[in-house]
Amino acid sequence: MTGVARRFASKAARHLADLADSGSDRPGGITRVVGVDTVVPDADLGGVKFVRADIRTPVIGKVIAVEDVDTVVHLDVNPPARGRLGGTSTKELNVIGTMQLLAACQRASTVTKLVLGSSTAVYGTSPRDPALFHESMAARGGVRTGFPKDAVEVESYTRGFARRRPDVIITTLRAAQALDVDLEMPLSMYLRNPVLPVVAGYDPRLQFAHVEDLLNVVEQAVTHDRPGTFNVAGDGVLMLSQAARRLGRPIIPLPSLGYASALTRIARAGGSDIPPDLHRLLKYGRAVDTSALREIFGYEPKYSTAEVFEQFRQQVRPGILAGIGER
Amino acid sequence: MVDERKQIGSGGQAGRGNRQVSPSSAARSLAGPAAAKKPKAAAKKAAPAKRAAAKRPAPKKAVSKSPTATAAKKSAAKKPAAKKTAPKATPTADEPKVQTPQAEQVKRPHLRAVTDDDAAAAAAAAAQEAERRTRSATAPIPAGIPLDDIVAALLGAFQRVMGSDWETRLATLLHTIRKRLSGEYEVDEFGLDPAIVTVLENAIEPIAEKWFRLEVRGVENIPTDGGALLVANHSGTVPIDGLMTGYAVHKHTDRHLRPLGADLVFSLPFVGQIARKMGATLACTEDAERLLTTGELAAVWPEGFKGIGKPFTERYKLQRFGRGGFVSSAMRAQVPIVPVSIVGAEEIYPLVGNVPSLARLLGLPYLPITPFFPLLGPLGMIPLPSKWIIEFGEPIRTDAYEPEAADDPMLLFNVTDQVRETIQQTLYRLLVDRGNAFF
Repeated sequence: MTGVARRFASKAARHLADLADSGSDRPGGITRVVGVDTVVPDADLGGVKFVRADIRTPVIGKVIAVEDVDTVVHLDVNPPARGRLGGTSTKELNVIGTMQLLAACQRASTVTKLVLGSSTAVYGTSPRDPALFHESMAARGGVRTGFPKDAVEVESYTRGFARRRPDVIITTLRAAQALDVDLEMPLSMYLRNPVLPVVAGYDPRLQFAHVEDLLNVVEQAVTHDRPGTFNVAGDGVLMLSQAARRLGRPIIPLPSLGYASALTRIARAGGSDIPPDLHRLLKYGRAVDTSALREIFGYEPKYSTAEVFEQFRQQVRPGILAGIGER
Repeated sequence: MVDERKQIGSGGQAGRGNRQVSPSSAARSLAGPAAAKKPKAAAKKAAPAKRAAAKRPAPKKAVSKSPTATAAKKSAAKKPAAKKTAPKATPTADEPKVQTPQAEQVKRPHLRAVTDDDAAAAAAAAAQEAERRTRSATAPIPAGIPLDDIVAALLGAFQRVMGSDWETRLATLLHTIRKRLSGEYEVDEFGLDPAIVTVLENAIEPIAEKWFRLEVRGVENIPTDGGALLVANHSGTVPIDGLMTGYAVHKHTDRHLRPLGADLVFSLPFVGQIARKMGATLACTEDAERLLTTGELAAVWPEGFKGIGKPFTERYKLQRFGRGGFVSSAMRAQVPIVPVSIVGAEEIYPLVGNVPSLARLLGLPYLPITPFFPLLGPLGMIPLPSKWIIEFGEPIRTDAYEPEAADDPMLLFNVTDQVRETIQQTLYRLLVDRGNAFF
């Protein structure tokens, strides 16, 4: 498993390691979890064996060969975050890391399964978007820069890998942003600001996924054979204005022109960081269709978007307007 | 200071000026006309007093109404309370200084001026007293209206304004506001917000019924359940016909119409936001099929910008009906197509000119010039009050075809033409029925 220094990947690694401890004798069961990252994770990895390796270098090939890896879970495709790497380094880690990893996998005959943790960012965000994205749809705009472009490139390399190694089962999970105080996802960082700058005249539809659902989906993808691409998100949508009201945080409508820089400045002043591609999402929003996850993958998300948000609301400090409406 | 007072002040003596030069009779006669003017001012003062006094018990009314000096004096004599409040009538230390001139003046020949002065003082006193009384009446003193009566009157007023069940209605209203403010409401995946729709419907209703005098025909052709695709002609420079169709459908069938709009709608600020909350979504096959298969009423205007932005001279001439994508969507979802003919939208903003270069600069498909628009400024944005007729035609069934028939271009063109011809013929018939566009 790659990127275990990140919160979600370390959680997923621990989740899988716990499974390995509990029942490794089951068919398709997990015997050992090896976590790979460039930095030592700050969280306790439990039963996960940590190997410090950079997936941007051919070292990763050796790790796969030495540890006799049969399933690669690539969760190291992440939006840039403060305190880790800058924008260009993140891009390098996302794209070059994926290329090296896939090259290593192609060489390693032991690898039979690849689980790619992608993002719904591959659909981009634009006014020409349909209401709900299906897995077969491509982005109609908004993937020219930043993390969405990374995600699109990573997926295209993965498709190339699939052509070259048709025997490997590839599961691509396009996850909506998880909303949890433990995870440094862009939207959860944005929603923790005391005031929420929004684009005047736009009210985007947002979708969130629950960490538990994401962990379960990764687990099922590892333990069962589920080839294909699947969207993972909670049911329903939440408008940004609605989310702000539920949190009790005041919104600041800003003109569309210059919104991106204003957003970054306000977020910095509030002590958090906003990736540069978030402003598009906060303008047009995005929602995905999860029927393939239910019908083909066979997983029913436990939490709807509203329920995910409600849990998040209870975790964070109430906003200054939270008194309105007896909340 | 003391010296100055000796020289300038009256020193407690009667008359104007200082003691050295006592007021001469000439000065008094000069002051006479000025004093004579006072009664008018006094009358003015008395007028509010009268009004104020109307609220007081009856005997006091008569007192304040009396304009003459004698009556005023009598009232002052009758009511010690009034005397106390009136500064000139009070027996305080200042009293003699003020009253002595009156006493002196009584002996003097300018009797008229003096009496008027006195009347003014009395009237002012009465006015002050009345004012004091009325002010104190609002406070819950036994003399005013009891608080219970006020509450009862307020409750009665509420009942009259909001109906007999005003309590529940007020509670519902407050509950709704609370829910809106706390974000405790649901929107569907497309962003439809039922509360916003209700507010908009109520706002559109007077425009539709009173301004456009909307007449709706053939509502029985709208399916009461299950999906259907409404196909309508598009006109009017600004897509008000979409709003009106949605209003008509909701009024007569109580179903939400889901308009399919161009991407321009969703890229515009505020417009796109409202459109999403109204239930509109992008006119693309994915969304259309999703809506139709889930049993919603979707509406398309296949002419698009070509229809809505056509010149006034080409009114009621249908443009090309897109590429027939709406037919394939309906066929895949196996839902009927309901042709909708809208008459009246063409006249609301007669498009007589266009500024293509400026439109291109702003990223718009056209920049309209109507007989009133840039000329009268914002006034030109008021739509002309044309008479509207919306007719829902007989549904064209698509379930006779296989869903795979949606891939047969020839069939699609044929069905598209059939829908187009139906609408065109209905338009001609409705135009004859309507007669004059405005009266």
